[in-house]
Amino acid sequence: MAEITITPRARAGGIRKLLERYPFLPALLIVVGLLLLNGVFSPNSLSYRSLTGLLSTYMALILLAIAQTYVVYAGDIDLSAGSILSLVNVAIVVLMERWGGGGGAVLLALALGLLLGLACGLLNGIVVAALRLQAIVATFATSIFFTGFALYILPVAGTPAPALFWRTYGGRLLGVPFAFYILAALTAVLLVLSRTRLVTQLLAVGDDQQAAYQTGLPVVPIRIKGYLLCGLFSALAAFCITGDTASGDPLVGGKMTLYSVAAVVLGGSALSGGWGTVVGSALGALTIGLINSVVFFMGTPSEWQNFVQGFAILVVLMAGVLAGRRARA
Amino acid sequence: MSRILTVIRQPLVVALVLIAALLYLGQALSPGFASGGQVLRLLIVASLLGIVAAGQNVVILGGREGIDLSVGGVVSLSAIIAGNVMNGADSGIVPAILACLAAGAFFGLLNGLGVTLLRIPPLVMTLGMLGVLQGLLVVIRMGIPSGRAAPGLSSFVTQPLVGGIPGIIWLWIAIGLIMAFMLHRTVFGHRIYAIGSNEHAAYMAGVPVRVMRIALFIISGMFAAVAGLCLLGYSGSSFANVGEQYTLPSIIAVVFGGTSLAGGRGGYTGTMAGAILLVILQSILTTVNIDESGRQMVFGATLLLLMMFYGRGRAMRA
Repeated sequence: MAEITITPRARAGGIRKLLERYPFLPALLIVVGLLLLNGVFSPNSLSYRSLTGLLSTYMALILLAIAQTYVVYAGDIDLSAGSILSLVNVAIVVLMERWGGGGGAVLLALALGLLLGLACGLLNGIVVAALRLQAIVATFATSIFFTGFALYILPVAGTPAPALFWRTYGGRLLGVPFAFYILAALTAVLLVLSRTRLVTQLLAVGDDQQAAYQTGLPVVPIRIKGYLLCGLFSALAAFCITGDTASGDPLVGGKMTLYSVAAVVLGGSALSGGWGTVVGSALGALTIGLINSVVFFMGTPSEWQNFVQGFAILVVLMAGVLAGRRARA
Repeated sequence: MSRILTVIRQPLVVALVLIAALLYLGQALSPGFASGGQVLRLLIVASLLGIVAAGQNVVILGGREGIDLSVGGVVSLSAIIAGNVMNGADSGIVPAILACLAAGAFFGLLNGLGVTLLRIPPLVMTLGMLGVLQGLLVVIRMGIPSGRAAPGLSSFVTQPLVGGIPGIIWLWIAIGLIMAFMLHRTVFGHRIYAIGSNEHAAYMAGVPVRVMRIALFIISGMFAAVAGLCLLGYSGSSFANVGEQYTLPSIIAVVFGGTSLAGGRGGYTGTMAGAILLVILQSILTTVNIDESGRQMVFGATLLLLMMFYGRGRAMRA
């Protein structure tokens, strides 16, 4: 950390300055490159229709990566994000079905889903920040608890979501695909959030917890707020996955947790906290989605697809870490 | 009085007391739970987790956010390799052991190189490696049939060997002794604690920090490979992703053993008790007649509760 203050800013090169200003640039370049690759292997994949499909499929992962980013800002981690997503997914599907699937039922279920996500985030925040358990193991324990709760609500996957809900999600409103409204709303929310004091405080805690405490920041409440944001965005991610799959599945988010962590790293954020951007994480999530798509369109033999995906993700993860470090140094 | 308190606060003591309490609880809930045969069966399961946790333990002790999320993948890979190399024949056991150890060491080496040369955080590096390993498993499983364990290996893991105790438990005891000797009586062990508590100071004192760290990841990969081999002997044949269930529990066993995730503090004896504790807890939950959902909720809540006994972070002070 000491070296950072010694390095004179003025001597930094052009690329470094650019990286410092827009730390998500490498992730953006990777996304554009992958999009082009996608286009080479399957020209159809660059059509307006496929791009919209891509967006609505990976919106859940984008939101989950954003959720993860806020805890990573403060140097924490949330291994339960995926199971919060599963829990909210089954909860809203079951509630919507029980209440008849009308417009009012859907909205009420969504509101309760948000509250459920916040409650999960609060629990995580309390065990990690207030009770001072180690984030990795504590949130793994809560993830087991949340998964159990999701299984209690819906023991087997398959309850369908009301048609009203998924038709809206996958459909169009005034001629524009609904996914774009979500994207617009998300951009607005993120912009507002980035102007709030909370994000700065989270970054300050992540950069140096002791220093943040000594400057008078309420470290414990700030970290809890980070987990609350994480729970909130995980719930939003659950809405998207419900719209995409049109059904409830108590285990749907299990595999997504580690992807969300990978997306945050791909976006150039430091897992040690104190540095990062949500835009980078969103681009990181898209990168993971696009890698899957490129590997498919390249005509990779089906048994090799997972390996190539895993290998490509490892490579871009390394790139993300190296680029993030360059921007910070 | 204060001396008694220090003894009571020791993670190992806490774990042993909890183990005894859980055994008592299990016996009360279903008579026969704490019988000799049943305890041996629990110990076999615990030794599989404990062997994985041995590697996890040294990586965590080495500090700098050391963690190995790829162990689960190595366990699965090793089980598949072993199954195919021995394919049900005792003559294939030795080649299988060598092949598994080589594979484990190879992936450990890759992790270590990424962490030291490219300075990728261990969590990221091993997470990425886990993805590669899972992909590799799919490739291998498509290409060749899943093999079978040699009878010799199966009986080593499941049948009494010496003194009525299965070979794998003897193996685990031996690993425990070797780990204790290595950590506390060798230069290598002292260097692990040195780089774990203050990497810079260790470097200044002449410890080859990079080589050490690479070695720790190689050790972790090899222990995971040994566990995969034994897991094959336990289950008879290898199936998809058998190792996945070991990744995070191995970390929890280390934490329950009193090793700090920050590195530099702890040991393996506690981890062994932590592994036994975790397995007994899971076993009690399976004997109690409740739904899978209730079981998971109780398991998660109990883990949180138990963590309250161990290495909580320090409160902030000005």
